[in-house]
Formats: sequence, structure tokens, C-alpha cells
Amino acid sequence: MLLIEELKVKVGDKEILQNVNMEIPDGETHILFGPNGSGKTSLMMTIMGFSGYEVTHGKITFKGEDITYMPIHERSRLGIGVSFQRPPTINGLKTGSLVKICDRSGTADVKKLAERLEFTDFLDRDVNHNFSGGEIKRSELLQLSAQKPDLILLDEPESGVDMESIMLVGDTINSLLNRGVKYLKGRTHKQADEAGHKSALVITHTGHILDFITADKGQVLYDGVLCCSRNAREILKWIREYGYQECVRCTI
Amino acid sequence: MYDLKNLKDVDPGRYEVDAEPHEYVETLGRLDSEDAERFINVGVDTNEKDRTGTFLQKDKSIVHCRSAQEGIEVSSISDAIKKDGHVKSYLWKSISPETDKFTQSAEKTPHEGYYIRAHPGVKSSKPVQSCLYMAKNGFSQNVHNLVIAEENSELHVITGCTSAKHVVSGLHIGVSEFYVKKGARLTFTMIHDWGEEIFVRPRSMVRVEEGGVFISNFICMKPVGSLQMFPTVILAGKDSVARSNSIMVAGHTSELDVGSRIVLEAPGARAEIISRGITYGGTIVARGDLVGKTAGIKAHLECKGLILNKGLMKAVPELSGYEPGVEMSHEAAVGKIDQREIEYLMSRGLDEEEAVSTIVRGFLNVDIEGLPPGLQEKLDSVVTETRKDMM
Repeated sequence: MLLIEELKVKVGDKEILQNVNMEIPDGETHILFGPNGSGKTSLMMTIMGFSGYEVTHGKITFKGEDITYMPIHERSRLGIGVSFQRPPTINGLKTGSLVKICDRSGTADVKKLAERLEFTDFLDRDVNHNFSGGEIKRSELLQLSAQKPDLILLDEPESGVDMESIMLVGDTINSLLNRGVKYLKGRTHKQADEAGHKSALVITHTGHILDFITADKGQVLYDGVLCCSRNAREILKWIREYGYQECVRCTI
Repeated sequence: MYDLKNLKDVDPGRYEVDAEPHEYVETLGRLDSEDAERFINVGVDTNEKDRTGTFLQKDKSIVHCRSAQEGIEVSSISDAIKKDGHVKSYLWKSISPETDKFTQSAEKTPHEGYYIRAHPGVKSSKPVQSCLYMAKNGFSQNVHNLVIAEENSELHVITGCTSAKHVVSGLHIGVSEFYVKKGARLTFTMIHDWGEEIFVRPRSMVRVEEGGVFISNFICMKPVGSLQMFPTVILAGKDSVARSNSIMVAGHTSELDVGSRIVLEAPGARAEIISRGITYGGTIVARGDLVGKTAGIKAHLECKGLILNKGLMKAVPELSGYEPGVEMSHEAAVGKIDQREIEYLMSRGLDEEEAVSTIVRGFLNVDIEGLPPGLQEKLDSVVTETRKDMM
């Protein structure tokens, strides 16, 4: 689904990513760990093509197409969707209208999706205007639910979300990835599985989200370099015990 | 560089003060199609289905005038004076003819104007529409309008001010006096659509009594030579309310110097001024002046400007408080569209152009109270139309 080869990225004069190699196969969910400032969000912004993230070397391939220098909207239409941690406010644009913009195929049941996320009251509010951390997450997931991307990039989906809604956030992500046990519409597990999973790259700081979603693999980004790639829960255990110092030792 | 000192000045003496009369039409269906198109552009409903009354003036002639609801009077100002001598006592009551050369000109050579009055307790079910239209090139149209919302009445007036396509130059002077009596509610929506060398000088005063509400919406998105106005609202009665929304778009040669002053004179009075300006080569001076004369008042001013292309966007927010117990605030911001907003929308599948117009539409989408359906879509289509020029 996504292949990143020898990626080097500069922000301003500073090299943020030094040599990133990563592959997310079809239907897999990967977790990206890393301390603050290690370049996690930069990697996500580069995959989406945001300005200010200059690729100086390497290649990003999505669904077999070289997207390294493709405009943002073309990547989006090709099937990449992001949930941002701090999206901008857009005054005068109603959240409901944005959800409809996301639904390019015109097939989403916006009302139902909003109900599921307990977000109906927010459809009439300006996009992200005075939203709390948790509300932003639900707004982002609602947009993605309408967008139905094949690869989902989630930047700290649990941050700012209270204990009550984290389950809701987890359920929605699972449903987006076609891995949910809810909303099966009468299908059996096998039938649901046959439809195929979507792929995801999830940035997490705390690892709490791992209690709600299934991770196929974990990776650690440290100082612009991917330094570890193995079972996500195992990585989390080591980080909790030793901090990221252990990851540094691995890179040496 | 754009400089305020270079703002165009205009001499009323340069324009003709007389024009040929135009024929009265009994139904709007009989209007000249070119005229009708211009009327529609400024919010006139030519079916009159969603309107409670209509007043159309072409140059100096009234071409149509009627009211469809008892207790809502719609007529020309001269007819109103003929019918009721009392009307005269309202004219020039809150504005002196000596205010400037434009009011002087309006007093010296008046060309009608509308008189709209809601009787006490009468609520207009739909808006009253009016249009002041200039069809003669080089003409100075000097109107004097009077709107009275009597006690506990409710009135919505939509006024379109526009000129015929062939009119290259002209001057429009509109003296307007508004009286909102005790407990009354007046919504006044004004849409301007002129030509590139037309000068516009509205001179308005509003007086609001106890518990009265005055809402003003001003929309000017098409080119104009220069438009300068600074209506003043006096909140004279306890718990009176005024809200002013302005939406302005200034292309290459347009100069808009627009603002309002709201004077809060009585306890419990509340005022809000909101303006949105976009310049793509033109000049916008967005003024707002709130004057708090007594304790227990609350007022806020919000002025936002976008510069899409070179031009001048000047925000002039002013607050004056005369007592410790006033609560007044303002926020003003001038700049360009945030790249992050564009890219955020692009990540949801819009291309750059679509993203920009979505943001611009949102920027201009002040929740305008009482904007009739159809008019909002009209605004959207203007944004889409002018998008290429803007970029």
C-alpha cells in the first residue's frame, strides 16, 4: 500500500528525517512511536505532501504510484486520509459542509455517521472553532468516515480525549479500518474480514490507543531515523520500562 | 503604494440633477428585461411572492410602488408628505442638511426616495423590497428615505442600489433616516451593485428607542468607483440593540470607505459591529466606532480583512467609553488566507482553487440574520464568479 524508501526531509534548513525506510502492506495497521520532536508528525505531513516539508532524497510510493511530489489533493483522491492533531479553524465553514466535501463519492450517510460519533450538534458549528481536544478528534474521524481512505494516517488519536470517549474513538477507527466488531450489519466475522482491512499508520505517545485497536506492527522513530520495527506491544513495554534510551542503544 | 490621501473625491456639481421621467409599471412582469436583471442582482424578487411590498425608483421616477399588507405603508416620500403632513417632521430631524456637500445637494435637488412605515404592533410577514436604480449616465440621484417602525412593530426592508449596465458615471446620494420606536424591530439589508466610475454617498442616521432592535446588513461585492458611508445609530432607549454586518469585496479600482458608529446612550443597550472585507487590488477602509456613554452597556466590534492581491485593507476600530461601567471590546485582523487552511481542505480532496473559494465563502459567511433564501446563493455565486479575478 505504502512504501517509503530512503526518505530525507528538510524543514527550513533543518533535516528532520534522515533516512526513513518503511513499508505498510495492504490491510496492516502500523504504530509509530517516538519521543517529542523525533519527526513523527513531519513524516505524516510529508506522506500527505504539506508545504514546508521538503523531500531532499528518496521516494514515496502509494498503490504503486510515485507520489513523492504529487499535490495534496491528488494524494487524498488516491486514497490517503489524515486525522490531524491540531487542525486549523475555518471560520464560516460548517463542519457538516466539510463532511460533505470529504464524501466525494456522495455515498456517506452523514447524519448516521455523526450520530455514531455523538457529533450531530457540531455539524452546524464552524470547522474546529473552539473545539476541545476530544471534539477535534471526533470531527477528524467523522470527516475520514465520509472520505473512506484506503490508508489512514492518525496523529495521536487518543490525545485530549477523555476516558469515556476513547472507546468511541477506538471503535470508529476500527470501523474505518474495517476491523471493527461493531456495526457489522449482520455480517459474520469471516464475511467482514473478506471485505479486506484498510491500512493505517498511527502515531501514539502513550500507547493507550493500543487497548482499542489492533496493531500489526510497531516502529520507532528516533531523531529522524527509524530504529526499530517489531511487535507494537513489545515496543511499548520496553519504552515504558526503559524510555526511548533503549531505542537509542539499538541504533548504535 | 496605496494611499488614503489619494482617495477619490467627488464634486456633486459635476453631475446633472435632472432626468427624463420613466413610465410607471403596474406589475413587475412588465419591467424592461435589462432593468429587471439589474434589480434581481440586488435582491429584488420580481415575482413579489416573498415580499410584503415593493418600491422601485428609476432615476427620479417611481416606476412601481405597492404594499401587500395592511399596516405596512410603502410610498414615495413626496406622496407620504402629501398624505400626512406629520411625515415632514421626521425629515432632516436626525441629520442636518448642512452636514456636507452631499446632504446639501440632496436638500437642494431632491429626487424622491421611499417612505416605509410599520404601524404600531404590526409585524411584516415578509420583507419589503426597494430598489434605487440609476439609468441615466452622468446623473446625480439624490434620494431621501424614511423608515419608521412604530411601537412593537416588526419590519424587514431589503434595499438594492444599482445602476444600468450602460451607465458609466454617476453619483448616488442617499439620505436615510430610520426611527425604531419602543419595542420595535427593524432589519435593514442593503445590497449595492454599481459600475466602476459611480460614486456613492449614503448618509444615514438611526434612532432606536427603549427595547428596540435595529439590524443592518450591508453587502457590496461588485466594483464601484468609490463608496463612502458612516451611518450612525443612536441607541437612545434602555435595552435597545443594534447590530451591523458588512460584507465588502473591492476589486481593482474600487474604493470602499465603510463603517458605522453606534452610540450607546442608555443602560442595557447592546451593540455589535461585524465587518468582513476582501481586497484584490482595491481599497477598503473598514471603520467601526462604538461610543459608550453610560454604565451597563455592552458593545463589541469585529473587523476582519483579507488581502488576496495587492491593495489596501485598513481596519479602523474605535472604542470610546465615558463611564467605568461600560463593557466594550474589539478585534481586528488583516492578512492573507492561511496556507494551513488551504492545505487542510486539500487533504480532504479539494484542489487548491476549490479550497481557496471555500475559505473565501466561509470568510464572507457572517451569519446574516434574515437574509432571504436565494440571496445567500447569490452571494456564493458572486464569490465563484470573481474567484479568477481575485487570485
